[in-house]
This record gives sequence, structure tokens and C-alpha cells, in this order.
Amino acid sequence: MTANLTLAITAGILIACGVYLMLERSLTRILLGVIIASNGVNMLFLVASGRPGAPPLVGHDDPAATADPLPQAMVLTAIVITMGVTAFVLTMAYRSFQLNGHDEVADDVEDARIRQLAEADELSDSYEASDFSDSGENVVSE
Amino acid sequence: MINLIPLPVMLALFGAAITLIIPRRPIAQRVISIGSLSGIVILAAFFMWATDTHGTMALWLGAWPVPLGIGLVMDRLSALMLFVAGVVALCVLIFSTGQDKGEVRRETPVSIFHPTFLLLMGGIANAFLAGDLFNLFVGFEIFLFASYVLLTLGGTKERIRAGTTYVIVSLLSSSLFLISIASIYAATGTVNMAHIAVRVAELSEPVQLLLQMMLLVTFAIKAAIFPLSSWLPDSYPTAPAPVTAVFAGLLTKVGIYAIIRTQTLLFPDSPLSNMLLVAALLTMVIGILGALAQVEIKRMLSFTLVSHLGYMVLGIALASESGFAATIYYTAHHITIQAALFLVAGLIERRGGTSSLDGLGGLLKVSPLLALLFFVPAMNLGGIPPMSGFLGKVGLLHAGAEYGGWLVWVVMFGGILTSLLTLMAMAKVWNRAFWGTVPDNVVRIEDNYDGDAGDDDVRFMPPLMVGATSALIAFSLALTVFAGPLYSYAERAAESIQSENYIQAVLPEEVR
Repeated sequence: MTANLTLAITAGILIACGVYLMLERSLTRILLGVIIASNGVNMLFLVASGRPGAPPLVGHDDPAATADPLPQAMVLTAIVITMGVTAFVLTMAYRSFQLNGHDEVADDVEDARIRQLAEADELSDSYEASDFSDSGENVVSE
Repeated sequence: MINLIPLPVMLALFGAAITLIIPRRPIAQRVISIGSLSGIVILAAFFMWATDTHGTMALWLGAWPVPLGIGLVMDRLSALMLFVAGVVALCVLIFSTGQDKGEVRRETPVSIFHPTFLLLMGGIANAFLAGDLFNLFVGFEIFLFASYVLLTLGGTKERIRAGTTYVIVSLLSSSLFLISIASIYAATGTVNMAHIAVRVAELSEPVQLLLQMMLLVTFAIKAAIFPLSSWLPDSYPTAPAPVTAVFAGLLTKVGIYAIIRTQTLLFPDSPLSNMLLVAALLTMVIGILGALAQVEIKRMLSFTLVSHLGYMVLGIALASESGFAATIYYTAHHITIQAALFLVAGLIERRGGTSSLDGLGGLLKVSPLLALLFFVPAMNLGGIPPMSGFLGKVGLLHAGAEYGGWLVWVVMFGGILTSLLTLMAMAKVWNRAFWGTVPDNVVRIEDNYDGDAGDDDVRFMPPLMVGATSALIAFSLALTVFAGPLYSYAERAAESIQSENYIQAVLPEEVR
């Protein structure tokens, strides 16, 4: 198999840019990152398909000279899926903007809770002082 | 018989299409979706019998020359997973139709609930039947998209927040999956799994390791295996109760199924066993410690879900036939029990007014039926003999002891510890929600008491919801009662997914 170095490098750059954008907080930028990265991935399929050739139409050219049609079919599917993703995430970003006035990805609830507790230097809710029974009655102090 | 293989996927997708075009007729929607899910369950039961008597079946769609076309493969493992998934989805759907108008408006307000739910099932069925890697990817994408919609139903603030994390993590893992497929295609020139299995053995070791690792990371994100599990407890609990139940039961197990399939088929002599053992140990222990710290029942159950995935990873890491058999049995058990517990959590939320342990108490007095519904699956999850959770764990420990080595013993010890800590978490829920005094918000319900205690239970727990939950619990108990035949079925399944058996059944002589 012959691999195309230019395509491979381009794919790498696109995926790197996509990952960089995905690390942002704003959902719209994350979406842009996903789009760019998925284009990079699509390019990887072209690398995987080997050398370029004639259009893969049956009876159009000598089969030995045509390009590999399978990766093209897969890329097509991937493109359609990315389109669906784009529509959905855009809607979600807009809804988030409607509700919160911004589209930033919020913190994990658990992280936020632990951070709050640490700041307040307290124990978590699940801690139950052992001198109390389940009904809340103080059973030890006497 | 072979031509029936695509029928489960088609039933679900047709059902989705029909329910989508009749949004204003909720009763017809319910009848069609329950009908198509029942059809899937019956078909899957038939396939369990058929694969067990005739062996693995493969159907090549589109009349292309054999390794090129899209292959659907039905073997014992796919049939069992499809059956359990169908039963769980059916019970959950019946549960959701039991919700009264007020709750439907609050929880699942739109007419797209039924079509999306069926699409979810169609995607899962497609993933179980896929004989090639790209079709597996398509199956994953179908059910992931359905899950995005179900998770953000109604578009409330909390659900959008939880959905955002979930969607981003899933998108990332889908991209990784595509990269893996591209790399595998570049290395082997095929996407059919049986064909890849033949060719991957010819690759050099570093390339094999790279491909294996990429697939493993992709599926580990979907299956929520530590350290790739932190997205799960944050995103599942906010969804409506039936949605959480089906997600918790099924979605992570599709990831586990994909790991079992690719590991046994493509990389039978896995050099990554030790890494998987460590991952299993950390998943179990860290998951259960997270569960102990929770006061919200649904969040606690999400953490126990993560924790118990570790048992399945343990069986996969052993990579022996007995290990896979135990994993398959445990997966069937865990799908059922986890979905049942989430349904019970939904009932607790209705009956007690909240799912936070801080606001609950005395439910045993208020509704003994609810207490029973919680007690049975909770004990099963904790692994109390003689229930299926115990049998699955014994199978795993047995397979581990056969394998030997200090690391395996450490992981097995961690597994027993996790089992005890699960009991402790369940005991905590029992203590604080079912015992003790009845707090104000539950008393408020008692104030409306109109003289007939039965009425009150029916008002807050409609018979259809209780019936669906009981049916699921009864199914989990059936896994215990019929453990003997089922376990030997799992052993035969573990044998038929082994690389050489699978290749022999799927590929014709000349392509091998």
C-alpha cells in the first residue's frame, strides 16, 4: 500500500486543531472542534484507501486502475453523521444560551460539591455522627 | 431462518417510523411500540434456540461477493444479549406508559419519546448483530443519537447541562472509533470482523497492539470503565426514570459486548491482560467508594453501575473461556438488575416525593410493596446467595482462581470487598429511606388519605408501573432459577465466540 504523506500530515494538523478547540469551555467552539477533527478523520480514510485512481464506477475503467471505493462510502456515512451531530449540538448550544445566557459547559455537580465542602472545611452530607441513631435521637450522650 | 436475522433491527426501525408519523395518537403509539418490542423479544428467544441448535448464522446482505458485503452475524452471545435487552426495553416502555398525565408532562413531554426509544433499541440490536466493524459503528451512532435526544428530553436547564457532558464525551469516543476503523482498514484492507481476524494475525506486534489499544479505549469510554468513567454518574441521573433505567441497563453493556467481541475475535492472545486487571480493580473499588458518598439514590445507583462493570472487565481480562462465560452470565444479570433498581428508584421518587435520602424515611410503613420491590434487587446486586449476582460472581472468582497469579488474587479480593461495600450502600438506602420516621413531605401524602390504603398506593404507584417493575424483578429471579441451563448456554456462547470457531462459522472456505 502507498500512503500519501501530505494527506496524513493534513489530517494530523486538522485533528490537533480540533482537539485544541474541544478543550475550550464554550459549546460552540467545541462544536467547531468536533467538525474540524471529524474532517481530519475523514482524511485519514483517504490515506487508508491507498493511491488515487480512476472513479470507481463499474465498467468505466480497468478495475486495477480505479480508486478503492470502500473508504469513500465510509467517509460519506461519517459526513452524514457529523451533519446530524452539528445540528443537534447547535440546538443544544442555543438552548443553553436561552436558559443561561451563555453556552459554557458547566462543572460536574460532584466536583462542585466537593470543592464547596473543601472550601467550607466540612464533611460530606453522607457523614452521620455516630452518637445519633437513625431517628436523629441522641443515644450516646447520657 | 437465516433471512430472519435483520428482522429485530427492521421491527424497531419500522416501529419508530410509524410512531413518528402519528404523534397525535398516543394510544396507537404505545400499542405499536410495545408490539414491536414484544416482536423483538420473541424473535430473540427464537434465535437463542436456533443458534444453540444450529450454531452461528451469518447473513450477507446485498448479494456482494462474500467478504465485501455487509455481514450480519447471529451467534449465541448476540442472541442472548438481544433477548435480555429486549426484555428490559419492553418492561421499561410499559413502565413509562403507566405514568399518569401529570408525570408525562413533566418527564417525557413530547410525542417523540416512543420513536426515539424504538430507534435506541434498533441501534442496540444493530450493534449486537453487526458482523463488520463499520456496521458496529453505525449501530453505535444510531443508539447514541437516540440517547442524546432522550437524555435532553424537554430541554430543561439541568438536562441540558448533563446532556452537554454526555454528548461531548460520546462524540470524542465516536471520533476515536472512526480513527480506529481507518487504521484497521489501512492495515488489513477490510472491515469485516471475521476477515480482519484472519489478517490481523499477520501484522507485526506493535501494529496489533496499537489497533487493540485504540479499540479498547473507544469501547472503554462507552462502557464507562475507570479512568474513562467520570462522565456517567454526572449525566445519567437527571434524565426521566425510564430513560435512566434503560441507559443504565443497556448502553454501557453494549460497550462491554463490543469489547468482548473485538477482544475474543481480533486479539485472542491479548498482551494487555494485566492492564485490564488493574482497570477492573480500580473500576470496582473507586466506583463503589463513590456510591457510598452519595445521598441521592439515582446518583448512588449510577456509581454502583460503574463499579460493577469492573466485574465484567475482570472476566474479559482473564481471556479464558470460563472467564468469558462468567462475564456473559454476569452481563445478562447486571442489565436486568440495574434497570430494575432504577425503575424502583423512579417509584421511590413518586411515592416519597424525592429521591434524596435526606428527604425520605419510613417508606416501609408507608408502602410495604415498594420496600419489597427495592429489597429483592438490592440484595441481588449485593450478591446475596443464592441469587444471580452471587452466581455470576462465583463464576468469575472460579475463573480467576483457575487463571492464578498474585494480581488476579488481588483483583478478586477487590471484587469481594466491592460486593460487601455494595451491600453497605444498599443498607444505607434501606436504613434511611425505608426505616425511621416518616418525614413531612411523605406525611403530606398521608394527609390526603381517603380511608382506603390501597387507593393511596395506586395513586402514587399506578398498577402498570408496579407491574412492569415486578416483571423485571421476576425476570431477574428467573435468571437465578434457570441459572443451570443459562450458565451452560453462556459457556457454549463463550466457546462459539472464540476466534477460530467464529471465523469458521462466518467465512466460507475459500476466503479464509
